[in-house]
Amino acid sequence: MRRRRWPLLTLLAFGYAFLYVPILLLIIYSFNESRLVTVWTGFSTKWYGELLRNRQLLDAAWLSVRIAAVNATLAVVLGTLAANALVRHRNFRGRTGFELLLTAPLVMPDVIIGLSLLLLFVAMQQTIGWPGGRGFTTITIAHVTFSMAYVAVVVRARLSQMDRSLEEAAMDLGARPLRVYLTITLPLIAPALFSGWLLAFTLSLDDLVIASFVAGPGSTTLPMVIYSSVRMGVSPQINALATIIVAVVTLAVVIAGILMRRGREVR
Amino acid sequence: MPAPLPSASVRHRRMSRLVNIGIPYLWLGLFFLLPFAIVLQISLAEPALAQPPYTALWQWVDEGLLRIEINLRNFMMVAQDDLYLSALLNSLQVAVICTLLCLLLGYPMAYAIATAPERWRITLLMLIVLPFWTSFLIRVYAWIGILKPNGLLNDALIWLGLIDTPLAILHTQTAVYIGVVYSYLPFMILPLYANLTRLDPSLLEAAADLGCRPMRAFLRVTLPLSMAGIVAGSMLVFIPVVGEFVIPDLLGGPESLMVGKLLWSEFFSNKDWPLASALAILLLALLVVPFVMMQRLQQRMEGSRP
Repeated sequence: MRRRRWPLLTLLAFGYAFLYVPILLLIIYSFNESRLVTVWTGFSTKWYGELLRNRQLLDAAWLSVRIAAVNATLAVVLGTLAANALVRHRNFRGRTGFELLLTAPLVMPDVIIGLSLLLLFVAMQQTIGWPGGRGFTTITIAHVTFSMAYVAVVVRARLSQMDRSLEEAAMDLGARPLRVYLTITLPLIAPALFSGWLLAFTLSLDDLVIASFVAGPGSTTLPMVIYSSVRMGVSPQINALATIIVAVVTLAVVIAGILMRRGREVR
Repeated sequence: MPAPLPSASVRHRRMSRLVNIGIPYLWLGLFFLLPFAIVLQISLAEPALAQPPYTALWQWVDEGLLRIEINLRNFMMVAQDDLYLSALLNSLQVAVICTLLCLLLGYPMAYAIATAPERWRITLLMLIVLPFWTSFLIRVYAWIGILKPNGLLNDALIWLGLIDTPLAILHTQTAVYIGVVYSYLPFMILPLYANLTRLDPSLLEAAADLGCRPMRAFLRVTLPLSMAGIVAGSMLVFIPVVGEFVIPDLLGGPESLMVGKLLWSEFFSNKDWPLASALAILLLALLVVPFVMMQRLQQRMEGSRP
């Protein structure tokens, strides 16, 4: 049953070109000497130098990385708990509502999440006096709320495919359930926890809209700096930043791929 | 499990239930569900020059006298002003057209990946996901340099001799379509791929043995069986795109106004929190039906899984 596959493969190639050509152009023009991003005048790395001297951008990047790390850690804890609930407690009262609450943040438009959380923080401040100001804490809470849903999807898939015979063996040998979970289950789902953490980290690092709503005047995250500089016009520094991000992500994905392959071979 | 459960196990199960269900439920209830109630409340308030900039819905005027003021003017304004209605309609139009475009491009791609030799699949799929891990904002920004009047696309077209004067693409609806399809294509491909790899190839072989032509077999067997993937992918694109802000803001123009951008400017530029809340409530109401549809489908698929 050999069919002619070339129309399909042409479309696939077109699709990949569509996804990658814009990124490649960003990278190429980050090494352009000219300030006019689209006119090539000569090779230069001066925009990388300027990027590294841009204090405002570096401060924002540091704040974003800290928020992303705390967010990812909290989101992995909450997302894993939620995945446990869905996989290990098949029927409980309010399960439909629970699932609804876990799916909604995946598709909910950012403007709605951002506005509603800001209004909540303002109302809470009025009634109980907390949070005192808006910034690191409020942005982190907002990010955890939507990224835990993504973590739950990843961990849930792994948890429901997991072979439970090892857990049962440990139980039969008299290990306490909590001990079984910590020493058997968690190591088995560790790859999912890791990719969930990375996913939550990037989601947080990438968010402009929600953070803009819940941030205070003193807390500017990296996407906010990128956004305001993009609004002013095309800037070669942003190209340089894009190149660094793409390089880091590609490296992380390649390393993760190698580690996972090695892990599979060991097993 | 053995029939008479030891009491320690029962206690553990109760504890596990409390922690695993209770903590996420509490978090989402407090930071996801409760805020909607507050949005609804503030959409019924009046804008005021105060901190925060809206009036209280109720106040104790006197001993035992509670005054409740509900202001429906925000919703009336949205219903009567053409600006808001056309932004809502335009958002729906952009979402529908982009979902179809994503499907048109994403389905063949997902199909090609799912039917590729097994050793290639992971790499091909990785290449779909990889752009998703790089900054969304920067990927949208990349299109400004490509689409602007003296940008790379126009330069290329002029160099090829296809056009004489640059085309105005940036700040038009077309640019929004391109940006949305570009950003949301992976969300369409992933569920379709997951669905298509689960498809039993013996069904297609049976169809071929019975003399069915490949195209016909695709239309009669593959397409109906991949309906769940089509619906899931379409909802993952449609629902967030209706409320999209970044793409219409950076790539769109005055005629491509979308409700997400309108909400943003009501909030940040006009400081009209009640009106922004009313827009959020309307947007939410618009998205409830597709969301419930998606949820139902998901539950049905889980039920049918072995």
